[in-house]
Amino acid sequence: MTAAVDKAAPVAANRERARSLAMLAAIWGVLALAPFWMPYLGGYTALGTRVLVLGLGAMAVNFLLGFTGVLSFGHAAWFGLGAYGCGLFLKFIAHSTPLSIVAGTLLGGVMGAILGALIVRRRGVYFAMVTIAFGQVFYYIAFQWSSLTGGDDGLRGFQRAPLDLGFTTVDILYNSTAFYYFVLICFAAAAAVMGFILRSPFGRTMLAIRENERRARFLGIPIELHIWIVFTLSCFFMAFAGSLYALVNNFADPLGLHYSQSGNFVIMAVLGGMRKFWGPLLGAAVFVVLQDYVSSLTVNWQFFIGLLFVVVVLFFPRGLLGFFQQRVQS
Amino acid sequence: MTQLILFNVTNGLIIGAFYVLMAIGLSLILNLSNVINFAHGGFLVVGGYLAYTLEPYLGFWGALLASPFLTAILGLAIERVLIRPLYGRDPLYSLLLTFGLAFMFEDGTRFIWGAQGKPFTVPDFMAQSLSTEFFFLTGYRLFMVAMVAVTVTLLFLLLRFTRAGIRIRAGTLDLDTVSALGVNVRGLRSLNFGVGIFLAGLSGVLAGGQLGLEPTMGAGLLMPSFIAIIVGGVGSLIGTLVGGLLIGVASGLTAVLLPSASEAVIYVLMAVVLLIRPRGLFGEEGMLT
Amino acid sequence: MNQPKPPTIGRRTVLKAAAAAGVAQVAAPFVISARAAETLKIGMINPFTGVYAAVSNNELIGAKFAVEQMNAKGGILGRKVELLTEDSANDVGTGVQKARKLIDRDKVTFITADVNSAIAQAVAQVTNEKKVLHIVPGGHTDPITGTDCHWNVFRVCNTTAMEANSVAPVLFKKYGKKWYFITPDYAFGHTLEAAAKKDLAKMGGTVVGNALTPLGTTDFSAYLIQARAAKPDVLLVLPQGGDMINCMKQIAQFGINKTIHVAGLQQEEESLIAMPPASRVGTWMFEWYWKQPGVPHVAEFVADIRKRSGGHVPTARTWFGYTALWSFKLVTDKAKTLDAVKLAKALGGLELPPQIKLQPNKVYYAAGDHQLRTSSFVGEAVANPKGDPEDLFHIDTVIPGDKTSPPDTETGCKLTWPA
Repeated sequence: MTAAVDKAAPVAANRERARSLAMLAAIWGVLALAPFWMPYLGGYTALGTRVLVLGLGAMAVNFLLGFTGVLSFGHAAWFGLGAYGCGLFLKFIAHSTPLSIVAGTLLGGVMGAILGALIVRRRGVYFAMVTIAFGQVFYYIAFQWSSLTGGDDGLRGFQRAPLDLGFTTVDILYNSTAFYYFVLICFAAAAAVMGFILRSPFGRTMLAIRENERRARFLGIPIELHIWIVFTLSCFFMAFAGSLYALVNNFADPLGLHYSQSGNFVIMAVLGGMRKFWGPLLGAAVFVVLQDYVSSLTVNWQFFIGLLFVVVVLFFPRGLLGFFQQRVQS
Repeated sequence: MTQLILFNVTNGLIIGAFYVLMAIGLSLILNLSNVINFAHGGFLVVGGYLAYTLEPYLGFWGALLASPFLTAILGLAIERVLIRPLYGRDPLYSLLLTFGLAFMFEDGTRFIWGAQGKPFTVPDFMAQSLSTEFFFLTGYRLFMVAMVAVTVTLLFLLLRFTRAGIRIRAGTLDLDTVSALGVNVRGLRSLNFGVGIFLAGLSGVLAGGQLGLEPTMGAGLLMPSFIAIIVGGVGSLIGTLVGGLLIGVASGLTAVLLPSASEAVIYVLMAVVLLIRPRGLFGEEGMLT
Repeated sequence: MNQPKPPTIGRRTVLKAAAAAGVAQVAAPFVISARAAETLKIGMINPFTGVYAAVSNNELIGAKFAVEQMNAKGGILGRKVELLTEDSANDVGTGVQKARKLIDRDKVTFITADVNSAIAQAVAQVTNEKKVLHIVPGGHTDPITGTDCHWNVFRVCNTTAMEANSVAPVLFKKYGKKWYFITPDYAFGHTLEAAAKKDLAKMGGTVVGNALTPLGTTDFSAYLIQARAAKPDVLLVLPQGGDMINCMKQIAQFGINKTIHVAGLQQEEESLIAMPPASRVGTWMFEWYWKQPGVPHVAEFVADIRKRSGGHVPTARTWFGYTALWSFKLVTDKAKTLDAVKLAKALGGLELPPQIKLQPNKVYYAAGDHQLRTSSFVGEAVANPKGDPEDLFHIDTVIPGDKTSPPDTETGCKLTWPA
């Protein structure tokens, strides 16, 4: 009996591994070839770039929400700060795309780390409310400080700089396909780091906190410190995505920090499946593409986006990936 | 200068009173159902537009009475169908649901009543200032404050002296025990939700008299109410009351002293309160943390 | 008894039909890209949702009417014109994305965008990059045809400087030299206020104070208390849309217009319609008005629009949309090409014919900055109109665009043409 189990387990594990490898290959294949197949489905490269960037944002939100169980509803603030950091760097300091991304990521991440320390003891709805409110603080700063940020008109007057690789320069400004691949590489790097953290022992404690905070505390895990670290990491990922977003549009505006944007990120994560690593990316793809098409069909597209929220919450609380997996298993 | 400050403090109290009305509805729902009702602004807009539609038939006073009730009925229907299945689940879901509802309300309002703003007129005798000296004290604004005072007093009396009210207050503190004692928690939550939405509808009618009726008007009014709740302390209606008045006065005062910060000041106030007293001014430790 | 059975339409059939119709709807954008390019596409990006929804809709009504007229006259260069609309949702990121979508996927020939000045400027960056002729129908901020101008970008509505220059002298002469500003805190408000202050200084007046109000302000009482304490002769109300309505409602309730003259530099029919009668006071500038007795073609235009707008009169916005779309046709008829650079060269200096300009003075796109020189209609808001309930404005003077605008050598615009 036990021997049979012992024998079966590696087989099942192997099959599991093969399946996840196949899935990984499929995901990267689809992403890498996107500029070639999208036009046939009525897509366009800029849309693909947007999916990647917003998908990364949703994955960053989910890093906190799906794997630690902490709901931040003000994460757009870090996204927007990343965008402003990146844009301001390009505009005023140096004309370098990689450095501007670093600058944006640092700005959003560090602000997130500071704010996180203040609110890390709050939980549940209260945490959500406090994050919304703090997010709005940054929204107002971006909105009001017009001499620096351009206020409601947004920050303009910067452009992504060509990439200097030493032996050649890549034009990512006018060549939208080249820019897509640049974003894809950034996305892959961030996803790899995220995956690495989740597989590490630290990642396991995140799950432990999500599953039962009290038990984790009894096990001697310093909960507040851990949540703060996860929150901070998540803010850095978010700001990284925000920096890329500034490069996508060559523009940053206060709406990127608004709580409605936070809501969009959360719904992307939930829609795709928040317990799944790739769920948020799928959610972002569905959300962005749906929004893009529905808003061309009807002026009342917001109604349908709202409806999507309602349908997801009521019928797909485990997200599309969770839903499909359930179907496959049963 | 002193006169200017005095004017602005009074004016701030008037604005604050309005925030209170909206925030208390929000707070009621949050306390008992653990739902952050993002659609509160949407209900407010519906209340305002319903009053606009009813005014030609019922007059201002009829619309003022009828519209909040109709809004509350809509609220009850939504609670019954959409929100009730979510009680007991992670608050994330109800939050997302009401967030989506807010979109649907804005678009629905635009679909039904059009994007063009509507003029909602209050009776002539109220639409004037009482004296040229205190020109900002119009009949309508005083009426608004009186309405808020009466409504909030009534609400507090109901919560203290009626059976349902006592249960709502008890449920805020410990819903499990209330449920174990055989109270119909579902019905209690519905009632509570209905009252909260009634207040949103009433806020909408009152706001319509002073602001232009537009499908987007709810969103801007939601955030101050949020801040009022956080400043006052989640779980405490008295806290919400004080919080609302406080942010009104704070923004009124900064309008004189540092005009460019008059919007940001409420957020600063919130940050300070959270730093010094994380549970809010009147919040109980352990409540919803 | 042997009657043939009526075909039964079961629930399933209906559902299937509905599903098919639904799929057809959803699939439509996929199909468009596959269709041959026999039609000429023009893309319109505007905030059809959010605070500018009402004015955007009116621009769309005007644009649609223009397309209808053009197609009745054989379209553009013999090709049928199709108008594609996209909602920018009042968000710059979305607006930019929609511009790329229209250009990359839908292959539009021309773009017209956006009510929101910030989006208009951001979209201009994209259209410039892609070399697409772009007309801004209704975003007012100066740099669009000033310091931030592009060879491919033209504008129909006035600049803020033109608006200020039209009203300022009237206010100064009639109502006094101490002014107080209530200014919306974003680029539009800043440039509008700066232009008015410049005019005021030139005439020898003084600014006794100003209040910067964030976009989306609902309660103006604190600012109004400040304003009254400063005891100005004229109170200039510069916010637009919902903010304007809220501000004017409170001004009327506080009775401020009884002691101080209330005015502003820009007013729109849409805002006046949304105000109760008591709030419709003050001296303003309209950018176009539907009631111009004796001016050719205006009455027909109003009648035609009424048929397409549920009986409502055209507003300045309707005219912006109409003019922007017609400009594309006028310039292609003149240049007989679709080459963006040649078209842009031809559009500079182009004068609008009477059936399009719908106003008395000469109206043309200046070659140096691509700004339409269009008239300003200065007058008073009407509280209780006697005839048509939408006749809410009384015109005192119509000032030609040449008088309100500085010459195109002084607007700060330096056009750089592609090699």
